[in-house]
Amino acid sequence: MSEERIKLGHGSGGILTRRLIEDTLLRYFRSPRLASLPDSALLELDGGRTAFTTDSYVVDPIFFPGGDIGSLAVFGTVNDLAVVGALPRYISCALMLEEGLPTAELERVLESMRRAAERANVEVVTGDTKVLPRGKADRLFINTAGLGVVPEGKPIPGGRARPGDAIIVSGPVGEHGAAVVSLREGLNLQSSVVSDCAPLTSVAQAVLGAARRVEFMRDLTRGGLATVMNEVTGPDRPGVLLDEARIPVRDEVRSICELLGLEPLYLACEGRLVAVVDPDSADDVLRSLHRIPGAEESRRIGHIVEDYPGRVALRTRLGTRRLLQMLSGEQLPRIC
Amino acid sequence: MRFVDEFRDPEAARTLAAQIKRTAKDAPPMRFMEVCGGHTMAIHRFGIPHLLPDNIELLSGPGCPVCVTPSTYVDRAIEVARESNERPVTLTTFGDLYRVPGGTESLEDAAGRGLDVRTVYSPRDALKLAADNPQRDIVFLGVGFETTVPTVAATIMEAREQGLGNFRVLSGHKTMPLALRALVEAPEVALDGFLLPGHVSTISGPGPYRFLADEFGIAGCVSGFEPTDILQAILSLAEQVVEQRPAVENRYGRAVRADGNPTAWDVVEAVFQPADSQWRGLGMIADSGLAVRDEWQDHAATPPEPARQSLEHDRCLCAQVLRGIARPTDCALFGTACVPGSPVGPCMVSSEGACAAFHKYGTGHE
Repeated sequence: MSEERIKLGHGSGGILTRRLIEDTLLRYFRSPRLASLPDSALLELDGGRTAFTTDSYVVDPIFFPGGDIGSLAVFGTVNDLAVVGALPRYISCALMLEEGLPTAELERVLESMRRAAERANVEVVTGDTKVLPRGKADRLFINTAGLGVVPEGKPIPGGRARPGDAIIVSGPVGEHGAAVVSLREGLNLQSSVVSDCAPLTSVAQAVLGAARRVEFMRDLTRGGLATVMNEVTGPDRPGVLLDEARIPVRDEVRSICELLGLEPLYLACEGRLVAVVDPDSADDVLRSLHRIPGAEESRRIGHIVEDYPGRVALRTRLGTRRLLQMLSGEQLPRIC
Repeated sequence: MRFVDEFRDPEAARTLAAQIKRTAKDAPPMRFMEVCGGHTMAIHRFGIPHLLPDNIELLSGPGCPVCVTPSTYVDRAIEVARESNERPVTLTTFGDLYRVPGGTESLEDAAGRGLDVRTVYSPRDALKLAADNPQRDIVFLGVGFETTVPTVAATIMEAREQGLGNFRVLSGHKTMPLALRALVEAPEVALDGFLLPGHVSTISGPGPYRFLADEFGIAGCVSGFEPTDILQAILSLAEQVVEQRPAVENRYGRAVRADGNPTAWDVVEAVFQPADSQWRGLGMIADSGLAVRDEWQDHAATPPEPARQSLEHDRCLCAQVLRGIARPTDCALFGTACVPGSPVGPCMVSSEGACAAFHKYGTGHE
C-alpha cells in the first residue's frame, strides 16, 4: 500500500477502504470465497447453503434518533446476510468496553440489542467481553458475526448487470448519516431526522421473490448510494445512469446537507438496499416492495446503460449530467 | 425545501439558459472566471457548462482559500506545534486544510505521528477548547477570505474578554480585490468577465471590484450559489460584454448589500491590518493579506518563516489552474497520481478546488 499509516479515510467505506482491502488485506487472505468481497460469504455446510458475515460498530454518538449502537450492531449484520439472499438465524455479540462506562448505558444498549434481535428474528448465541483502560476505547465498541441459511431453490443475487436493467432503492436515502451528524458536537442542529436503522430480510426476500433476475443487491451503508452504485459497475462493465429527480430524499435530510455542505447520495443508510433487476420484473418488484412496512417508498431510480462504461452518471434535475464518484476520503467520522 | 428549490427550478433555469444563448448568439467567444470555491463547486455540481452556448467558457480562478494558501503555511503551522513553549500545542483547523500537503508533510500526516490536530466548524469551537484546556495552547489556523475573517477577529476579541491567553491565531487570511488586480494585470490571462464572489461580497459589498470595469473594461457580476443565481449572473456578464458596458452588477441582492456588512468589517479592522501575502499561483501580492495588529499580538501565533522554501510538486499545474491558464484535465497528474484520496496539489485537496470539482463531478468525462 502506498500509505505509510492508516488514516481515518481508510474506514470511510469509500475508495480508500476499498484500496486497503484489495491491496493489503487480500494479499494475506486468499480464499476464493473472499475474492469478490461479498457482504456475506456463502458456504456449503452439510449440503445446505449457509451465509456467514461479521461487522464491527464504532458509531459516535452511541445513541442517536431512531437507534443506537446496539440496534445498529444487530441490523447491520442481519442486513449483510439478507442481501446475499439468506434468512439470518444466529449472531454473536463481542463487546469492547471502556473503563468507566456507566453500567446503565451498557444495559440500555443490551436492551436495544435484545429487541432488535427479536425484531430481526435472530438469536444471540455466543459472545465475548473485553474491558479496555480509559482512553483506549471510546465508551463502547461492538462486533457481531452472523449466520443465515439460504432457502433451497430460491435464487441468490449476483451476476453481471446488463444494459436496460432497472435500479431500485427501497426507500429515502441518507437518513442514518443525517441523524448522526445532526448530533455532532458543536453543531447544535435541531432536526427531526430519524435513522432508518432497520432489518432488511423481508425487503430482500421480496426482491428475490418478484424478480426474474437480480444481478446485484446490497445494503447502503457507509459511502451511501453513490458509493454502492460504483460497485455495480467497474472496468469492462456497462455504466449506471441515475435520475436525481427520482431518488427519494427527505426534505429534512436535504436541509442538513445544504447547511453542512454534504451530499445526501453519499450519506450512510442502515435500513435501505439497492437492487439491480431485469427491466420486465421492475414493476412487480416495486409492487411487492410497496406492501412491506418500511419499503413503501421504494422507487426505480435509474438503469444500466451502454454509455459511461465503468462509471456512474447522474441526470440532474436541470437535465444536465455529471458523474458520481466513489466517496474519497472521509465525509463524516464514525457513522456506523 | 423553501429558499433552495425556488432557485433550482428546472423551468426557470431553462428560460435563463435560452436568454443567455440569444444574447451570446453571433458574439465572439467570451471567457468568464469565477473566483469563489463555492461557485466552482456549484457550477460543476449542477452541470452549468452544459447549459451554456459554445462561445461562453467558464474558468476557475483563485477563489478557494485553501488552494491559494502556500505550502509554507502548513509548514509554519506544524512549526508552531513543535515550538517548545511552556504549554503543549493543539492545532485547530477547518477540515479543508487537514490534508493539504506542506513542504514535507500535511497536518493529517503530522496528526498520524502524534501531533494534536483537531478539525473544528468555527473558531469559537477552538475558543471553547482553549477554555476547557487551560494547560494547552490552542492555535487556530486562520485561512480564508473576507467571509471567514470577521468571526476570527470577533473570537480574538472574545478570547481577550474571557482572559484566555492560551488562544492564538496563525493568520493566513487574504482579501480578494488585490488578487484580482494582480490577475488582470498579468498578460497571460485574457478575461471578459468575473463572476464575483457571493459570500465575500456579503462582507465587502460589490464596491471594491469597480476597478475591474473602470480601469480594465472587464464585466463583473456578484452571484449567489444556486443554479438560477449563477445563470442570471452569467446572463448579466454576457449582456455587459455584448452591449460593451462593463459594470459591477449585483444579482445576489438577497444576501449582498451595496455597502456589504460594515459592522463585520469594523471588527476585522480593529484586530487585523493589511500585510503582504504569498498566494499560490500568483506569488507575493502587497497588502493582500491580513496580519494580527500589534495590540492583539498576545493572541497571534508567529512561527519563524521556514528556512527552506518548500517546493511545489514540479508537474503539478495548480498554479496555472488558479490563474485560469490551464484546466485541471490538462494536468498529467490529474486523476492518476493526483486524486482526492491522495492529492498532490491543493486544488485537488480542498473540497472547493477546481481539480476536486472536475474530478468529483467528472467534468470533461461526462
